Formats: sequence, C-alpha cells, structure tokens
Amino acid sequence: MKEVTLGIGGAAGDGLDKTGDTFAKTASRLGLYLYAYNSYQSIIRGGHIWLRVRMGEEKVYSHGDHLNLLIALNQDTLERHAREVEPGGAVLFNSDKLTLDSSLFEGQVLPVPMPVRELLKPLGRTLPVMQNTVSLGAAIFLMGLDFEMMAEVLADTFQHKGPDVVNQNVQVAKAGYNYAKEKFVPLGYEWDFSRIRRPFITGNEAMALGAVAAGCKFYSAYPMTPASTILHWMVAHADRCGIVVKQCEDEIAVANMAVGAGLAGARSMCATSGGGFALMTEAVGQAGMIEAPVVFITVQRGGPSTGIPTKTEQADLNQALGASQGDFPRIIMAPADVTEAYYTAAEALNLADKYQLPVIILSDLLLSEHPETIERDALKPDLVIDRGQLVTEWPEDNGTYKRYAFTESGISPRALPGTKNTVYVAPTDDHDEEGILISDEYTSPPVRRKVQEKRMKKLEGALKELPPPQIEGPEDADVTLVGWGSCRGVIREAAEILRSEGISTNQLHFKYLLPFHAKEALEILNRCKKTVGVEVNYTGQFAKHLRSETGFSLDDMVLKYDGEPFEPAFIVNRVKEILGGEALSLEVTREEAREIAYHYIRTHLKNAVRPASIEVGNGVSAGEPTWCIELVSRNGGAKNGDLFVGQRTGSTYAWKPVSTVSQD
Amino acid sequence: MEMTISLPISTYESIIDPDWCPGCGDFGVLRGVKMAAGKLGIKPEELFTVSGIGCSSNLPGYIHAYGVHSLHGRAVAVASGIKFANQDMNVVITGGDGDGYGIGLGHFVHAMRRNLDLTYIVMNNQIYGLTTGQASPTTMKEVRTKSTPRGNAEMPINPIALAIVSGATYVSRAFSGEPRHMADIIAGGIAHKGFALVDVFSPCVTYNKINTYPWFKKRVYKLEDDPDYDATDHQGALNRAYEWGDRIPLGLFYREEQPTYEESEPAMKEGPLVHQKLGMEKELFDDLMEEFV
Repeated sequence: MKEVTLGIGGAAGDGLDKTGDTFAKTASRLGLYLYAYNSYQSIIRGGHIWLRVRMGEEKVYSHGDHLNLLIALNQDTLERHAREVEPGGAVLFNSDKLTLDSSLFEGQVLPVPMPVRELLKPLGRTLPVMQNTVSLGAAIFLMGLDFEMMAEVLADTFQHKGPDVVNQNVQVAKAGYNYAKEKFVPLGYEWDFSRIRRPFITGNEAMALGAVAAGCKFYSAYPMTPASTILHWMVAHADRCGIVVKQCEDEIAVANMAVGAGLAGARSMCATSGGGFALMTEAVGQAGMIEAPVVFITVQRGGPSTGIPTKTEQADLNQALGASQGDFPRIIMAPADVTEAYYTAAEALNLADKYQLPVIILSDLLLSEHPETIERDALKPDLVIDRGQLVTEWPEDNGTYKRYAFTESGISPRALPGTKNTVYVAPTDDHDEEGILISDEYTSPPVRRKVQEKRMKKLEGALKELPPPQIEGPEDADVTLVGWGSCRGVIREAAEILRSEGISTNQLHFKYLLPFHAKEALEILNRCKKTVGVEVNYTGQFAKHLRSETGFSLDDMVLKYDGEPFEPAFIVNRVKEILGGEALSLEVTREEAREIAYHYIRTHLKNAVRPASIEVGNGVSAGEPTWCIELVSRNGGAKNGDLFVGQRTGSTYAWKPVSTVSQD
Repeated sequence: MEMTISLPISTYESIIDPDWCPGCGDFGVLRGVKMAAGKLGIKPEELFTVSGIGCSSNLPGYIHAYGVHSLHGRAVAVASGIKFANQDMNVVITGGDGDGYGIGLGHFVHAMRRNLDLTYIVMNNQIYGLTTGQASPTTMKEVRTKSTPRGNAEMPINPIALAIVSGATYVSRAFSGEPRHMADIIAGGIAHKGFALVDVFSPCVTYNKINTYPWFKKRVYKLEDDPDYDATDHQGALNRAYEWGDRIPLGLFYREEQPTYEESEPAMKEGPLVHQKLGMEKELFDDLMEEFV
C-alpha cells in the first residue's frame, strides 16, 4: 500500500497542534486516509511533543512503525528523531536556529534546511509560529501533495481572523513550497487523489457526538486528561444540541449529579479518567441499587495514582469490574475505534435505559485523543433510541405502582418521577418491590434474595442481545491474537504483517467485557492453536478476566506499559520470539538507553549535551552489564563524558565528565 | 396568576411509620415539610425529596412524594441532577449535619454559589445519631461525645454564616420545638427562586444531652419579632449569624433575589429535559460533521 508517515516534533507552545491539523486536513481533503498520534507531556510550555501522522490511499489502522518525513521545530527533535527517518525520507528544520550534523541521521535521507528568516523577509511582520507553516509548505511539495488544498485549509482555519491573516498564511506556506520546489526534487510519492472529503475525528469527539445524537440531555464532568475533550466538545455544542453540560466541583458531584439526572429521567452521561473514576465508584453502585440509568465513561491513562497523565494504558479494567462495593449488575464495554466509539455511546444510553443500570465505557488515551479518517457515512444520525419499559400513566384504580416489581426479566417498568399515582422512593438501602427498606427495623432475608436475583437477572437479558466475539482472519490460523478495546487496529495490522511473513495469524477481539460471552469465547478459544494476549498493561488484566469467566488460560502475552501505544512491529517481533520459544527479555535496549540518557541530561545536565555513541560499557563495577553512553556537546559535538546505565535494572550508575579529567 | 389551593397534610401520609427514637426532633421536621408542601399546594407527584444517609435522611421514606435516599453526603449533588433533568419538580433535600456539613460540605458550598432552585433542610442535632453518638461538624467546642472523650477540640461549623458568604439566596433557621414557624420558613424556602437553606435545630434525645429542647427553648428568639431586622442586609445578616449563647436567632437571616442557574441554561428554556424530544435532526448532524472535514 502506498503510505507515508510525517513526524512533527517540538516543545509545547510551538504551535505544533495547528501545524498538524493543517497537514491532516490537507491530506484528508485530498482523499487520503490518516491516523495521527500525539505523544505529549503534562506541560503547557516546553517538554517534548511528538506528533506522527500516517497517511495512505487505503485505510490505516494505527500510527504505524515508520517515519518518512520529519519536521523538527527544535534541536531536541532533530537529535532524537532524525535517525528514525527511513532511507528516501527527508528532515526539515529551520536552519536559522537549528543544526543537523551528519551523525544525527542515516544515509539516503535528505536534509532540508529552511532559511526561514530569509524566506519570510519579503512578507513583512510575521509571527514566530509561522516557521511551522514554511516547513509544512515545503513538506507538502516533497510529499507530492496539492498546495491549493493546503491554501484552502489555511483559508478555512484563519477565516475568522480576516482576509489579511489568511493571505499572509497562504503566502508563508507558498514561500516554503516554492523554496523546496526550487532546491529539491519531490520524494517520489505519486498519489491518486480521490478528493473525497472524509471526517478526521477523535474517539472523544465521536463519543460525545454519538451520545448527543442518541439523546443524551445531561453531561457532567470535572476536567481530567484524557477525558476533557469530551467536555470541550459537549460544551461547545451544548446550545445547538439542547444539552445541559455541567462542570462540577469534583468527580463525586459529577457522578451523583449524573445519577440524579438519570433517575429523574434524562439521558445522562459523565466522563473522567481512572483517578476521577475512583472517586465516582460509590455512585456507580448507587446507580446499580436504585436502578438509575447512567453512562460512565472512563478514559484510561497510565496509572496508578496520578501516574503518567498524558500517556496511554489499559490498566483500569480491574477498577471498572470492581467499582463500588457489593454485587450489582453493570455493563462494561470497550470500543475499538473511532467509529465504534460513536455507536457505543448510543448503545450505552440504550442499554442503560433498557436495563436500568450503570453502563461503563472503558476508553483509553489512544482511542480518545488520536484522530483518524473515517468514511463519510460511517456515522449515521438516525440512531435507534430505546428507552426501555416506561410507564407513562398509571390510573388511580390500578393499585399500587411498584417501582421495583419482581419480574421474570428482572426489569421493572419504570415510571419517571412526576408521573401521577406512581410516587415512590428510590433507596440506596436495599428494598422491596415498592422501594420500602428491608434492612432498617427488620431484615427480610427472602425479600433480599429475590430483589438481588431480580437485579442481577437483568444481565442475562443483556448478554443475549449483545453480539458475541468473532474470529477475524483465517479460521485455522496457527496464532490467535487476543485483545480488547483500542488495540484492535494495531493487532489487525500486526496480524497482516505476520501473515505476509508466512505466519498464519488471526485475531479475537472483545468489546463487551461485562456481561461476558463466556460460552462463545471458550468455544472459539478451544479451537485456537496458539493464543497470545495483547494488552497495554503489566498484569494482563483482560487475560485474567477471560480466565475467570472461561477457565481458559492464554498461552502467552504481549504486554506494554511504558505509556506509549503499541506499534505493529512491537507485536510482530514479540509474537515471533514467542513462536521461537524465546523468553521475554526485560533488558534495556540501546534505544531505551538513549532515552534514559536524555532523561538524565534533562534532570542533571541542564540539557547542555546529547547522547552520541552507545556501547556496551566496561570499567564500571555495577554488578551487572552496563550501557556506556557517550555524551557530546550539542554544538560542535565535542565529547563531554560517559554515562553508565545498567542493562538489567536501568539504573544510572555513573556520570564521568571528560572535563574533570582533562582540565585538572 | 394561578390560585394556590392548599392541601391537607394527610396528602403526604406515607404507609411507613418513622423509626426515629420517640421524641426525636426529626418528627417535627417531617410534619413541617408536609405542612409547607400542603400550604403551597404541591401535589405528591410534584415533590421530590432527596436525602443522604443518617437518621434524618430516612425522611423521604416517611412522606408520600417522589424521593431518593441517596449516598452519605451526596444528596445535594443528586438533587442538583434531578433539578437539571426536571425543573418542574419541587426538589427538597432533607439531611443531617454530618451528611451536609461534614462529608457533603463541598457539594453544599458549591450548590449555594450555583444558586439552583433547591431547598435544603438540614436537621442539625450536633451529633452523629445513627452511628451512636460521635462528634459532628456542629458539635460545640469542648463537648464530650463518644469520639471526643476529652471534649471536642474543633470549632463547630457555622452553617448560617457559611451559607451567607457562599451565595445562598435564602438563609434561615428553624427549631423543631416551633413547628408552625418552621413550616412557614420551609414554605418560604420552597417558594423562593434559588438555593434556600433551612438549618433546623432538631434535638437528638438519645445522644445529645446538652443541646436539648429545654436548652434551645431558653435561648431561641425569632428574627421576625425584631422590627429593625432587615433580611436583605448582607453584613447585618452575617453579624446576626454569629449570635450564639444566651440568645440564638431563628427565622430568615438573609434573602436576595438573584437569577437561578436554571435561568442561565439555554437547554432548559425549552422546558424540562425529561420532556424534550430525543434524537438529532439530519441537518444539524451534517453541520456538526462538517466541522471534522
């Protein structure tokens, strides 16, 4: 497949997001498919932001393993990522400020220094952020994209600032484009532009849109990465969509307000990340007990505690399964991609209403924040809205209305508060059919048994209507990759690569985590030859859940917990090792040693040096083999000293500056 | 204007009898809520009582009206959600001092500055009753309780002062020993557009042997009986909120007309959310999708 991956790196505050947007919209409007991932830090200015946008003529399912074109907005990016650019690619940078020495990149990569000041001089007063636009203009030329489309995107972006600003931005981009045209030849990508304009949308946006389209009327939230963009989308569109969006004092209020709104009869939803969800858990149980329909979205990020706030993980499954004390029915779903996020929000609202219980959507940072191109008609507005069994009127002579009537299905027809003759109290104490407490003056064991069975029975009905998991790919494959949630796309690509290398691979993916299709899953798993779980956590939480539901133990695991999402090659390589009987190595790789050195340089050496050669160390007695990382001056490249990092533990053992030796 | 037809308090008779200790101040509050609702002609299906956890929080079970007996400390948040969803309901929160001024204090303060049209009745007995007699946030200093055997070392919360400075637009106090006065104060709170606090001295006859009916009877007086008292004077109200000791004021401390939060919410202008049509017109949907292209 024809594809190219652009990387843009810089510091927070460099305006990287807008540059990425302009590029993505340009490519997307030309009819290409994109998938972007922004690796960022919990910082408003500074730090390292690393955006990768992969595009192809066919749908791409992850940000991939490649880097073909790099736009470096700071020196740090050149030093860290220029070497990752593949042969035939190019590195663009502002040569007024940055230097790219030949040790930083591989041969057959084109350095493209941009004399930004000189190029912008004829254009009068410009903003520093316009260096991005110059480089992007040049990149558009090198990638063989259409400049007119970029100009159109810039016009749309800056329309609200007036024609002068639009014009200036277009000219700035054109200056970069023309400069590249004059000095370089394109990298050789020839595209067949369909010019079909497809949406480029994130999981959070899709989920918010899906919820509103399905009649969500109340949304509460407390800001928390990576869930906040749901709040932002919701509030930006609240007036037009007729939805109340409430930012609350804390997540406890968020959850309890959502429960109140759900109980009163509005379709109600709230969202947070793991830490906030921890605060919400008592209210999840409350919704279970009083049978209030509410949708809780928890967007996982690296944990525990504050964890790695801007990084991805799938380690909150246990928390979702165990949220709140006691046994109560809940539905837990983990959508796999942006399109599924849209429909899952609508489905969750329906299930919550139909079964009168809390529904938890387990998303994660990768799904929530990465944008991707979807088909124009992938998201449809005519969603099914199923409010379940509602009692809209109750004649006075109908006898007592029982809010929690014991029924075969466990579902008690619900009268919304305000309905005449159906007055009831929804108690968090356990209660009988009428909502009268059973544990205050006298406890009634049989009533407790029957009300508990009534509530739990609802899950049997729910399970029947949820679609069971299915094998994707060849039925009789030698390897089955088992995953859940946002990993489906990357696993799919890994399976494709494995198949292309002659390893017959298929995948089994789970969206519905509770209630669980234990019978169907076990039947499939029993037919599989070798099963490998793939999840973004340390303990294999889903594999354990699968085992507890089915008794089936997966043969092996591919796990990742460094904060970054899977890339296809990571899965492919580990699967090949597993098939070859190779034990998992936890040793620090050469690349990781470089990153550990960067961390040390930032924290101890004021960013004055950079890592150069990395060799197996000697001379440091650390009780383990070490990497010896040579650090050199960032300008000039003179040797500054050696840093020793343990290959097994990753501990930083010694920093030996050259200066202390030579200058003494 | 529609005529208010008052309803007899039997309208709100529940099939459940309260399980409070004989003599508990909460009986008076229950009667006061019924009287207030009756006076305002609120039908049972138009009344939503919301409580947290504690002795007093059992109240919704004892009144014929919609209710939710929610979590400890969370009644105000749950009630806010109910009000957002259905502003036609008269939402009355009924809880205790531990529930509202202890574990739920954060929600209490934020609800006041938000000024949703809610009425919050706090049955303040200055003790934790249901858990058998530990200090509460309003237990007076040096008072010995099961959890403060050497005497309470902490200052009590002053709910009236806190409410006045937090933006509550109706701040009042009542006493279970004065049921008619209490019913008027509660009715005033429900009728008030905005957040109304009714702090009620509701003696715990089992665990609080200090702040008893006679203790209060000796001290309380009504602000309404003071012809010079001006309940719209913010600073004056705050001064009076600090009066404690030989004389303790009851009645309406402070009142202010402010727009409610609901009034600022465009989505609620079309009527209660629960009655609004669900789903999205294709035209709007297409417009929203265009933003992603």
